[in-house]
Amino acid sequence: MPIQLKVNNVAVTVDAPPDMPLLWVLRDILNLKGAKFGCGMGLCGSCTVLVGGRAVRSCMTKVGAIGSEPITTIEGLSPDGQHPLQAAWEALDVPQCGYCQAGQIMSAAALLQRAPHPTDAEIDTAMSGNLCRCGTYTRIREAIHEAAEAGAAARPK
Amino acid sequence: MRLNRRSFLQLTALAGGGLALELYRSPFAAAQKPGTPPDLTPQAFIHIAPDGVVTIMARASESGQGMRNMLPMLIAEELDVDWKNVRVQQAELNEKIYGHQFSGGSANTPQGWEPMRRVGAAGRQLLITSSAQTWGVPEAECTTQSGRVLHAASGRSAGYGELATKAAALPAPALSSVKLKDPKDYRIIGHSQEGVDTRAIVTGKPLFGIDVQLPGMLYAAIEKAPVFAGKVKSANIDQVKALPGVRHVLVIDGGITPAAYTPWEPGMEPGIAIVADTWWQAQQARKQLKVDWDLGPAATQSTEVFHKRAEELLKAPPGTIVRKYGDVDAVLKSSAKVVEATYDYPFIAHVTLEPQGATAHWKDGKLEMWSTSTLPADGRGLVAKTLGIQESDITTHMIRSGGSFGRRLQNDYLVEAAWIAKRVDAPVKLLWSREDDIAHDPFRPGGTFGLKGGLDAQGKMTVWRQHFATFGDEKHSTSGGGIGQDAYPAGFPPAYALYTSAQPLMLRTGALRAPGDNAYCWVAQSFLDELAHAAGRDPLEFQLELLSNKQAPWTSGEHDAVGDHEPTGQSVLIPERYKGVLELVAEKSGWAKRSKQPGRGMGIAAWFCHLGYFAHVADVSVDAQNNVTVHRVWAAGDIGSQVINPAAAENLAFGGIIEGMSHLGQEITLVDGKIQQTNFHNHPLMRIRQAPKIEVHWRKTDYAPTGLGEPGLPPILPAVCNAIFAATGKRIRTLPLQRSGFSWA
Repeated sequence: MPIQLKVNNVAVTVDAPPDMPLLWVLRDILNLKGAKFGCGMGLCGSCTVLVGGRAVRSCMTKVGAIGSEPITTIEGLSPDGQHPLQAAWEALDVPQCGYCQAGQIMSAAALLQRAPHPTDAEIDTAMSGNLCRCGTYTRIREAIHEAAEAGAAARPK
Repeated sequence: MRLNRRSFLQLTALAGGGLALELYRSPFAAAQKPGTPPDLTPQAFIHIAPDGVVTIMARASESGQGMRNMLPMLIAEELDVDWKNVRVQQAELNEKIYGHQFSGGSANTPQGWEPMRRVGAAGRQLLITSSAQTWGVPEAECTTQSGRVLHAASGRSAGYGELATKAAALPAPALSSVKLKDPKDYRIIGHSQEGVDTRAIVTGKPLFGIDVQLPGMLYAAIEKAPVFAGKVKSANIDQVKALPGVRHVLVIDGGITPAAYTPWEPGMEPGIAIVADTWWQAQQARKQLKVDWDLGPAATQSTEVFHKRAEELLKAPPGTIVRKYGDVDAVLKSSAKVVEATYDYPFIAHVTLEPQGATAHWKDGKLEMWSTSTLPADGRGLVAKTLGIQESDITTHMIRSGGSFGRRLQNDYLVEAAWIAKRVDAPVKLLWSREDDIAHDPFRPGGTFGLKGGLDAQGKMTVWRQHFATFGDEKHSTSGGGIGQDAYPAGFPPAYALYTSAQPLMLRTGALRAPGDNAYCWVAQSFLDELAHAAGRDPLEFQLELLSNKQAPWTSGEHDAVGDHEPTGQSVLIPERYKGVLELVAEKSGWAKRSKQPGRGMGIAAWFCHLGYFAHVADVSVDAQNNVTVHRVWAAGDIGSQVINPAAAENLAFGGIIEGMSHLGQEITLVDGKIQQTNFHNHPLMRIRQAPKIEVHWRKTDYAPTGLGEPGLPPILPAVCNAIFAATGKRIRTLPLQRSGFSWA
């Protein structure tokens, strides 16, 4: 059945059963491959996207339950791919295999919106739903701090 | 150019005291072909556009170890171009022109170090020859700099882009004849270069196996028996065929006969494949399947029975004497003190974050595959054999994967995708669920060690005797369950014995990052710590003393490592390097001045495997409920004279530590042949809140550079357990930690 969504600032209509998880709508209907499948149970965070600015596990979010809330995926995080988090991730060369990193960045984006200067403890709390099998956590922490500083510098005083 | 799988075989045989030998023997023996390996040419690897942009082919698969950077960086260095002008392109599978194309055994660095630099230098030589001919000057008067050939005497210069067409048509010089740079002139090697895919990763571009998208593509899921190799007796196939989006329901008879020893690639597992318009529909339809399974003999297996049998094996005379010197039993009797312990570790699963899967398209008698395999030639061979087609009718695209850790050396999922594709008139993407991925993993096998160590009146080690209860039949130990005759500390105690015994296992096992070593290092370095404490000595000093003993001969034979570089003997454990990383990590961690307080402690351990040396110190606290926190880890590594891409190398060293910590908390158990773990809640990975602060220090030594995928992992397990002992006085002899009464905070 047709479902209307707002994805990365674009209104789209998808033909999908309402109980289909948002992850598979994004990946296999809208061809946005950034969000990844890792567990199907909200345990690994690879599928994280923003819905209404909150980080959600799209593998557990039914597409019919989203309504008018805007969806942001890694592809729409910034117009030029230069969000401070993306720049910091690149500067520190955070990824190894890279599979979890879109989800990590989306969780970090939600964190920075509510806590522009997070402490290590706040980072650990906000990011503990995102697994990295390769173990890049040291650099993820560092990159979030670096992005927070860059974000502060960019904001009007 | 001696560049073949045989040399890799020899390498893995010797690295890590021979632990890896049997792990790799079966896949690579099958993949070895008679005849001379091809001569590599610069034309195969290097393409220079008229504007000077250089495209370098990355021959190895990428699953996160940075192979798409490391190997092309070696070429670019000797080609003498600026890295910013280099574009890296993944090669397709074609070993006739690229040489070996696999990523395993930390082998790409030692095997690529010499040949890839020579490919680059030969490319540079062609450009010099081309310009010297054009200018009519002697080649010897020409030099290069940043992608230009220069002739100082006449002041002439030309960009590589201008010379490329002519250069490419010249005969390539023999790689052995070209001159290599002095390492002091390196501008790329030893300088951090951003991952070539990092930009695409952080912007969410499709890169991975799961992201492959083809017009008209269908999606497949496979339901398999809850017990290894269980067969389909009957199922409600017609009912499932009628469900929304379902196009095909295919019964896979499979080709596995469960036996005491399960080969590396035993054949297809039986099951039912559902092919649908979307993967979600295939998964939904799967829930409606009602299958009557013939579970077969593997349904009798359980972890409890494995443990009972292992205890019996350790009490009985050993099956095999792997290594023995000195009168071990007499020395044990005459020792002032004897320490006895049993160590036991579980099966664990690889859990790559991207579950297994592949895409395949059968059209007009030809097969095209999009493969994440790290051993793609072996995969192509298996597919050809299973489908009864020619290898020459198969094209393999090598796609980045979301992690391998040894998992993708096996090609089961690729064969399944190809098998389905041959029966479906469209491209098909197969994807396993997380539950599939855990239940059908080729596990790291569990094992049990019975150990006895002796000390003299001065607290010096007199003897080390160990009996390893593993899995297999009379002839083979299961993949990942072997141990080599030079496994440390072999050669160092005055008397030594290593015995093995095996029990049957009807289950696939395989190579998990640092296979063999990831478990045995924990056993050996924990027991060594026990002996040091029993002797009332500092564990560091105790191990340094052991390493200073006269070393008994390396029985696997000395060997000139790999590729064609100068013989270094580096495949043999060199005590000076082992001691060097221990001393460096002790210095950086302040080991000598560590504070001793209840509930907090530091542990130290070191290991040599896959030609690399690593030592770790862990600073750990344990609370009143036995919850364990690792606060800091110091790592010291020796992988030879160069750390080729330092930022990526440090990242891999971090990752080895975090992964090793994950291993401490994981287990796979069986009841009635069924795997009890299903997803990350009961087969957990470390989370960021549990990740310690980590420092990595390199000790550069005068040996050819070696790989980093594996050697940075093993020591963290005993380092943490030895720290738990320092904090609590309780020795962890059974993993996972929970089975010893501890858990992660």
